[in-house]
Amino acid sequence: MNFKQIQLPLSKAEARELKAGDACLLSGVVYVLRDKGHARLLEEASKATSLPYGLSGQTIFYSAPTPAKAGRLIGAIGPTVASRMDFATPTLLAKGLTATIGMGPRSEEVHKACKEYSSVYFVATGEAAALMAQCVVSEEVVAYDDLGPEALRRIEVKDLPVFVGIDVQGNDIYALEA
Amino acid sequence: MRTINSYDISSAVLMNVPHLAAVLPKDVYDALVAARDNESSERGRFILDQLVRNADLAREDHVPISQDTGALWACLEVGPDVELDGDVFIGVNEAMASASKSARLRNSIVRDALFDRANTGNNAPVIREMHYTDRPGARLQLMLKDGGSDNASRVVMLNPNDGKQGVIDAVLDCVRDQAANACAPLVVGVGVGLTFDKVGTLAKRALMRPFDVPSAHPEWEELEQELLAAINATGIGPAGLGGDTTALAVRVMCAPCHISSLPVAVNLNGSAMRRITVEL
Repeated sequence: MNFKQIQLPLSKAEARELKAGDACLLSGVVYVLRDKGHARLLEEASKATSLPYGLSGQTIFYSAPTPAKAGRLIGAIGPTVASRMDFATPTLLAKGLTATIGMGPRSEEVHKACKEYSSVYFVATGEAAALMAQCVVSEEVVAYDDLGPEALRRIEVKDLPVFVGIDVQGNDIYALEA
Repeated sequence: MRTINSYDISSAVLMNVPHLAAVLPKDVYDALVAARDNESSERGRFILDQLVRNADLAREDHVPISQDTGALWACLEVGPDVELDGDVFIGVNEAMASASKSARLRNSIVRDALFDRANTGNNAPVIREMHYTDRPGARLQLMLKDGGSDNASRVVMLNPNDGKQGVIDAVLDCVRDQAANACAPLVVGVGVGLTFDKVGTLAKRALMRPFDVPSAHPEWEELEQELLAAINATGIGPAGLGGDTTALAVRVMCAPCHISSLPVAVNLNGSAMRRITVEL
């Protein structure tokens, strides 16, 4: 299988090169956030002109890792179901988020937003979380510490394997396979 | 009479949960390896290979197989020769909290589904079930269930005249809609019968039977094979991204029900089928 090497943050120009179904290895900064954090971020973003916590132009990975062993950066980490974040994603993409990583099909609104803002949704394999943790080279909590595992984290990854789920034309990997 | 007390339950949780989180049962692992070796889709093979390598790494490194750990379902099966010494589950939350800490499981439970979604911080409470059976002895069934695949599950109340085809359609509808959200390749638990409230537990109990143990009921076994073939014929594939392997196994349990009812529950589980039955 041929993988495209992608350096994050993803530029809009690079995003336009990607097609639904492409296999990619992602390297660089990824923010980790899921359910409850999205409600908070959406509320904060709605009040501001740009995204807080340096999220503009960045990638959000829908996950909440397990705690790290002593001497390790992180425990197990893998994607959760992306559609639960669909309520917030179009607004976040409009405010400058460039890419998301999760799993499973997404709403029509997210497809439209990917088209409108040249954004990409990447699909990662669920339940391969011990393996995926090997791609993580740094980890820090940025905000929402009170949410415990669901806090906003900034991690760096090296060669995280993903597929392009929705491209900037709104093409969908799940529709390709149907 | 054999007596089961709270210590039996707590120690079974303490001793088994850390292992369960990191070590995929052998029958599930073997099924993943076989699926990888037989998968015709290149993408599907890549995903199945990730899952096999993940299981190897988790086992060797004692890291959770999936980040979605911490939600424990515990079902006590009680035979006619067993008596219970009071509330046998009284220490189970503390045992789970302790196992979660030692095995570094994620805290995955909130206090109240609607009015207080603060994390309990220790994976309590454990979801408990009790099942009385004619089979002698007592067993504790443990399952680390992830939220995504439980979300992808459903209960439907069919018309009794919908019959077997109705059940097959209900299972296939659920799989078609939800396989990608439930971390396919799936293990599909199907419960048929009882009542609206009990059929979900029946489907969950069905998931407990290992792949290498055939059903004691030939009709259930035949339905399992028919469903597995139909699910894999969809081409949904690993992670829902196309291929031959949409499910590793289907497990069916049927039971009595009301003359006007045909309750069906489809409880999906992803490839991280973390379950063990502990003889007490």
